[in-house]
Amino acid sequence: MTDNVVIDVRGMTKRFGALTAVNGIDLQVRQGEVYGFLGPNGSGKTTFIRMLCGLLAADAGEGTCLDFDVIRESESIKRQVGYMTQRFSFYEDLSIIENLDFVARMYGVSNRRAAVHESIERLGLAGRQKQLAGELSGGWKQRLALAACLIHNPRLLLLDEPTAGVDPKARRDFWEQIHELAGQGLTFLISTHYMDEAERCDRLAYLSYGNLLTSGTAAEVIAGAQLTTWLASGPNLQVIARQLRTKPGVGQAVAFGARLHVSGTEALRLEQAIAPFRTEPYSWQQINPGLEDVFIHLMGNSKDNYQA
Amino acid sequence: MRRDRLTFGMIIGIPVVQLMLFGYAINGDPKHLPTAVLLADSSQYGRSMLSALKNSDYFHFVRKLHNEAEAETALARGEVQFIVTIPENFSRSLLRGDKPTILIEADATDPSATGNAIASLRTLLASALQHDLKGPLGFLAGSDGPINLRVHARYNPEGISQYNIVPGLMGVVLTMTMVMITGLAITRERERGTMENLLSMPTRPLEVLLGKIIPYIFVGYIQAGLILTAARFLFHVPMAGSIPLLLLVASVFIAANLAMGITFSTLAKNQLQAVQMTFFFFLPSLLLSGFMFPFRGMPDWAQVIGELLPLTHFLRIIRGILLKGNGFEEVILQLWQIVLFAVVVLTIGVKRYRKTLD
Ligand SMILES: Nc1ncnc2c1ncn2[C@@H]1O[C@H](COP(=O)(O)OP(=O)(O)OP(=O)(O)O)[C@@H](O)[C@H]1O
Ligand SMILES: [Mg+2]
Repeated sequence: MTDNVVIDVRGMTKRFGALTAVNGIDLQVRQGEVYGFLGPNGSGKTTFIRMLCGLLAADAGEGTCLDFDVIRESESIKRQVGYMTQRFSFYEDLSIIENLDFVARMYGVSNRRAAVHESIERLGLAGRQKQLAGELSGGWKQRLALAACLIHNPRLLLLDEPTAGVDPKARRDFWEQIHELAGQGLTFLISTHYMDEAERCDRLAYLSYGNLLTSGTAAEVIAGAQLTTWLASGPNLQVIARQLRTKPGVGQAVAFGARLHVSGTEALRLEQAIAPFRTEPYSWQQINPGLEDVFIHLMGNSKDNYQA
Repeated sequence: MRRDRLTFGMIIGIPVVQLMLFGYAINGDPKHLPTAVLLADSSQYGRSMLSALKNSDYFHFVRKLHNEAEAETALARGEVQFIVTIPENFSRSLLRGDKPTILIEADATDPSATGNAIASLRTLLASALQHDLKGPLGFLAGSDGPINLRVHARYNPEGISQYNIVPGLMGVVLTMTMVMITGLAITRERERGTMENLLSMPTRPLEVLLGKIIPYIFVGYIQAGLILTAARFLFHVPMAGSIPLLLLVASVFIAANLAMGITFSTLAKNQLQAVQMTFFFFLPSLLLSGFMFPFRGMPDWAQVIGELLPLTHFLRIIRGILLKGNGFEEVILQLWQIVLFAVVVLTIGVKRYRKTLD
């Protein structure tokens, strides 16, 4: 069991002055897993990922990443990790092929030309290899970044919001590729804000204000929240949503297009709260909460904790 | 601006430094120039001559030499500015009324360093013997003085200032551009975000820094070549020494400046700071190296600072090679100081290079 755990860290903490950006996070990721990393802006996802590959010095924490000590052996970790930064961080004044060649050289990849060539082929960048990285559109930049991450055959990929600003088709292709690579034994830790991507992950972790609020498979995360959700449809949902939010027992009332998800942790009080609204022209039905309901619930709670 | 203390420091610092440099350090009329004597006749009259020179503010006796060869080396290495030769049988010739010749050789690579001193010589020496040649010897003073004075302005006999400035310009241009080029290297990576990527790869600080330095040595060579060509064909600067040797030295000098720049770049938080640091380095280099004003005209503290700067040594080397025809033995005396500078500065850079983003 332990020998196929790729990331196994405990108590990872990072402070920036008075702000604790990452607060004692424990995380286990198994080999071949696609692990989703979620949380609102500023929750510490990027900071945590940076600590894993030695880009930020942790203030506290211990454990292993790829069987190396996460605090002391970051040089060895770097060699086997592909890190894709949130912000595009390749040389805009170099062409695609030059960027890839540079990365390959930095990792000391043997048979560099072949490796560069292969990664260009694999990602379908062939026609564009001479184009300057700075001239690429967002989606192509992401592809270049992924190609560069893979060039040294890493065992673990840390991808920080790899699909931000990428069109739906490209995102689908991207995820297909990720699952294919995971099938070959690569491990992924991917941060994202997209729910559909979260659902594609084998397991998830949800962060808020530097705290790990929940982790597990999507089903486990949903079950763990012990949320009851009702779905309402009908006209002028905004009006009843506003009224519902003030009622005891209603944790949240969130509009999803022309539907309203009303959730709370106490099933009975929630049902009492919505009872007056169960009239024409509204139709109500109880549903299984989705990941998004759960995350909104978690976010709401953690804010309260934080402000208290 | 409150957040950026360095900028604030610069705003105060630059006028202060300028005031110090222009107000105190710079002197267009250098005095107390190091002088060596080759005294072949140690009679009373010879000594009178020397003490007259000594009493003037211009000459400062630092050494006694024993032969011509020593004199030649001292001048070539730039250890002394003047060599005064009092010939054998000086007193005897003097007393016989033969008007003996005193030879003063000057290192005139920088004409402005020696000009005033040479101009003062004639009156100085005429009056030197007035005290000795009184009474019965009074006739020797004659109408055109008791002695002959020969001044050899060595290396640049016509006193053409371009011969001094144009080679020096090569050093100045290289200092300015090379420090600036690498000064932005690391801060640019930080600002563009590429640093995060670079740091996530298994690279060593020295590797990264050298990787930033080495390609620019060739850029420096292009500049050096340009200036050398202009020196040769537009300004007809003599090229007495070996050009390959000069190019070898230039590569060391270019590397030293690139190292300085890269170190600034590891110290600076942003590009503006890097530019400010570059300027802060360039200003004393320009003023205290002996490029704009004679090195020996400066007070001791300014000379100490000047000795630390690679440009100071490079100027001595390039002028030495081109004008004096110096070879490797003379060059190495200055070159090691440039090497030392580069090593120290690069070590600081490697130490300060942050391997993490915080
Ligand atoms: N270098 C830094 N100095 C000071 N504070 C920082 C630094 N980097 C991050 N922070 C702070 O740490 C917190 C966590 O930031 P982080 O970038 O890890 O969030 P994130 O989860 O990646 O957010 P996003 O989804 O917006 O990318 C934020 O409050 C941020 O302001
Ligand atoms: Mg982030």
